[in-house]
Amino acid sequence: MTKKLLDVRGLNVKFLTQGKSLHAVRGIDFSIFEGETLGIVGESGCGKSATAKALVQLNPRYSSELSGEILYQGNNLLTYSEKKMQLIRGKEIGMIFQDPMTSLNPTIKIGHQIMEGYLRHYPNASRKVARQIALETLEKVGISHPEERFESYPHTFSGGMRQRAMIALALACKPHILLADEPTTALDVTIQAQILDLLKQIQKETKTSILLITHDLSVVAKMCDRVIIMYAGKIAEQGNVDDIFEAPQHPYTQRLLLSIPRLNQSKNEPLFTIEGTPPNLSYPLAGCAFCARCHHAMRICANHQPPLFETRPNHFTACFNHDPRLKND
Amino acid sequence: MEDKTYLFSPLSQAEKEAAFEHTAYAPQVSYWKDAWVRLKQNKPALFGLTTLILLIFMAIIGPFLSQYTYYETHLSLKNDPPSSAFWFGTDELGRDLFTRCWWGARISLFVGISASLIDLVIGVFFGAVAGLLGGKIEEWMMRFADVLYAIPYLLVVILLMVVIGSGILTIILALTITGWINMARIVRSQILQIKQQDYVRAAFALGASRRRVLLQHLIPNAMGPIIVTLTLTIPSAIFAEAFLSFLGLGVQAPIASWGTMANDGLPALRYYPWRLFFPATFISLTMLSFNLLGDGLRDAFDPRLKK
Amino acid sequence: MTQYLAKKAAILIGSLFLVTTLTFFLMHSIPGDPFVQDKAIPEEILKALHKHYGLDQPLYIQYGKYLDGVLHFELGPSFKYEGRTVNEIIADGFPVSFYLGMEALIIAVFGGIVLGSIAALNHMRWQDHMTMIIAVIGISVPSFILATFLQYLLAMKLDLLPVARWGTFSQTIMPAISLAALPMAFIARLTRANMVEVMQQDYIQTAKSKGLNSFQIVVRHAIRNALMPVVTYLGPLTAAVMTGSFAIEKIFGIPGLGQWFVTSITNRDYTVIMGTTIFYSAILMLCVFIVDLLYCLIDPRIQLKQEIDGR
Repeated sequence: MTKKLLDVRGLNVKFLTQGKSLHAVRGIDFSIFEGETLGIVGESGCGKSATAKALVQLNPRYSSELSGEILYQGNNLLTYSEKKMQLIRGKEIGMIFQDPMTSLNPTIKIGHQIMEGYLRHYPNASRKVARQIALETLEKVGISHPEERFESYPHTFSGGMRQRAMIALALACKPHILLADEPTTALDVTIQAQILDLLKQIQKETKTSILLITHDLSVVAKMCDRVIIMYAGKIAEQGNVDDIFEAPQHPYTQRLLLSIPRLNQSKNEPLFTIEGTPPNLSYPLAGCAFCARCHHAMRICANHQPPLFETRPNHFTACFNHDPRLKND
Repeated sequence: MEDKTYLFSPLSQAEKEAAFEHTAYAPQVSYWKDAWVRLKQNKPALFGLTTLILLIFMAIIGPFLSQYTYYETHLSLKNDPPSSAFWFGTDELGRDLFTRCWWGARISLFVGISASLIDLVIGVFFGAVAGLLGGKIEEWMMRFADVLYAIPYLLVVILLMVVIGSGILTIILALTITGWINMARIVRSQILQIKQQDYVRAAFALGASRRRVLLQHLIPNAMGPIIVTLTLTIPSAIFAEAFLSFLGLGVQAPIASWGTMANDGLPALRYYPWRLFFPATFISLTMLSFNLLGDGLRDAFDPRLKK
Repeated sequence: MTQYLAKKAAILIGSLFLVTTLTFFLMHSIPGDPFVQDKAIPEEILKALHKHYGLDQPLYIQYGKYLDGVLHFELGPSFKYEGRTVNEIIADGFPVSFYLGMEALIIAVFGGIVLGSIAALNHMRWQDHMTMIIAVIGISVPSFILATFLQYLLAMKLDLLPVARWGTFSQTIMPAISLAALPMAFIARLTRANMVEVMQQDYIQTAKSKGLNSFQIVVRHAIRNALMPVVTYLGPLTAAVMTGSFAIEKIFGIPGLGQWFVTSITNRDYTVIMGTTIFYSAILMLCVFIVDLLYCLIDPRIQLKQEIDGR
């Protein structure tokens, strides 16, 4: 039985802007186990990034409201003050971001940026040791000539190398969980594959758990063990990757999978899209968020939020079409 | 407990629309309307705007409010403090300071605004041509501007004033000799940005002449920063005029600008402070208002601040 | 990098040359005679004066001689003050102005950066609004008006500081503050805007995700990147302090170069006007050039950008 590292219960994230409150994450539960890759998939604005950031309280400090429980090693991280949180960030939970060009400080050498994180959490270590660790980490992420690269500035690196450098930066203190917020979205397709392979390799070696945020289903298919499909701030479907791709239960998931363009599609066939747009989360939602766009919507969907039903072992769907009450007929 | 058959029956399209119409995103507002709304919410900017309107209003009707003209002297009543007879007091020749202040307002505001408008015209023309034509022409134009810009602005103005002699038109001329460069730079950089937009390329592809594209697309879309720069050039022109006057290079008596009045009031500061106080306050208030308004406009037009 | 600096040096030399030429021809296009202002002077003495000062020569020769003089740092004699050369006047007055300017500069730079940082780190809260209101007043109230206000209040009414003149440290306080107000306000606004922008950058988020505390983030990541544009402002700052000093020195009776300049304007002492203008321009342009040099050294991205742009 693999160890459960992180347990998220009832997580809510609200953003306060110009007098209005945007309810970006509307009550979700999930867990991360040791050594697994959990994906969170969804379109822009579904709350996946906000969820990842909430785990380390990286949401905008004065305009975000977080509630719920994030249990790590027995403690609720949401009760942690900023000072205590700083001890978690980088050391227990690391994070890598979407755009490596802007995510690295252009005026500080790469090696120093990696050392910085290490020295923060091990202040008694000598600079020599920190430098050594940084060099080793650079090598581990596949950057050749690490001594030279150590002294270089980010703008001298290619896109793929920058992302590798960022991974090195995040892994310097050997965190247990790595949050990867769309790590390959800004990269070329070929580089994407390399980075994903690198992440998989590192996971094999160090047993780090990865929370992979993406909007790309092919990345999910390649990388993830389990996946959460998010829509409008709530979990629509959750389960093992194979199960979900084989037998998607939620109407949203089904249409998502249908919308992946296929090589054997005829040229004259129009591309499949899901009509409509996600709802505006500044306003409270009475029913299921997908209802307005759903072909299987029922009256109950308009007024009640569907809970997660376990339709198959370890495969959950938040859809009234799978409500057990329907099966009684 | 609602009826199960009812709950689980399908929802029609009409019912869906009815239930969810309030959750649709707000309609898009036009650029100008959005900017105006944002400006209205900016209290300091509104303060600046209303103060300016008041000042301009008083500049127009102020001199008519009192019974004196700006040049009549009352030598027996010189250097009198503010009273019911002379609301702002009198100067060393017994002239009514209230009337003179509002005459000064006319001069200072006129010089400031016209110099800035001329800077605007020259700057927009220069910057637009440079930005639009590009290549060697642009390079040489901007180098010319760079060399000119490196010369200390006020020094040149002072020199010109010494040579040409003072007077309203000469002050305006002197102020506009190098004042346009800032506007030109801003216009050029805006044009360069807008030129790359697809709708401009489309216009060219459809056969529009450069002049048409310039007038219909480039300049209207650069209006935001142009207006902001204009609003912020005016206070520096007013400052320059006041500064010149303070150095003795201002308009000739008996005409007064706020700057010359401040200069006249300086030696009498210890004993008759109101002679300096009133013009000084008005200069500061005017500059403050323009700066607040300019800041507010800049924030209102800034696309990055859009929700 | 050398190409970048060479271009800046070329602009510097070009502008200086332009200023010298402009100044020369402007001064010589003034109608009338520099000597015939105060009293009637007999013909022969006038002729002798002209010959003595080389004013009987054709204009282009005078120009050549003047240029030659400028290159050798000789700016000619004063027409109004017998026996004094422009060089002497500059040597007398400049150290005083320089001292005042430096004091104002230090106040402006430190005060501005501190104010701006406080505002940025408390974005949208009362510290931010407070400091920015002070800043906008600072850029709106002309330095000479602030000076007279301070003089009236602190010296004449409250007798806290000496009214005027130069010599003791307390006599430098009001002039320096008046001169520093505008640049300080400008720097505060610039620092705040840059800091706010920098704090929103992605690399700040990365720094946070490593667990760095606020001090480490601000000092090691934010300040450096936010202050770089402030360095480029130092050129115009010098200009502001310099021109501001003309009025401030007049108000406080400080025997600096600015006062000499103002007096020479009133007296129409042309050589002093020319010499001082050229001197000031040279100093200013030199400052701008030094700033460009500094900026080049501080920002590692400039070097790459220049290579890419082929400049």
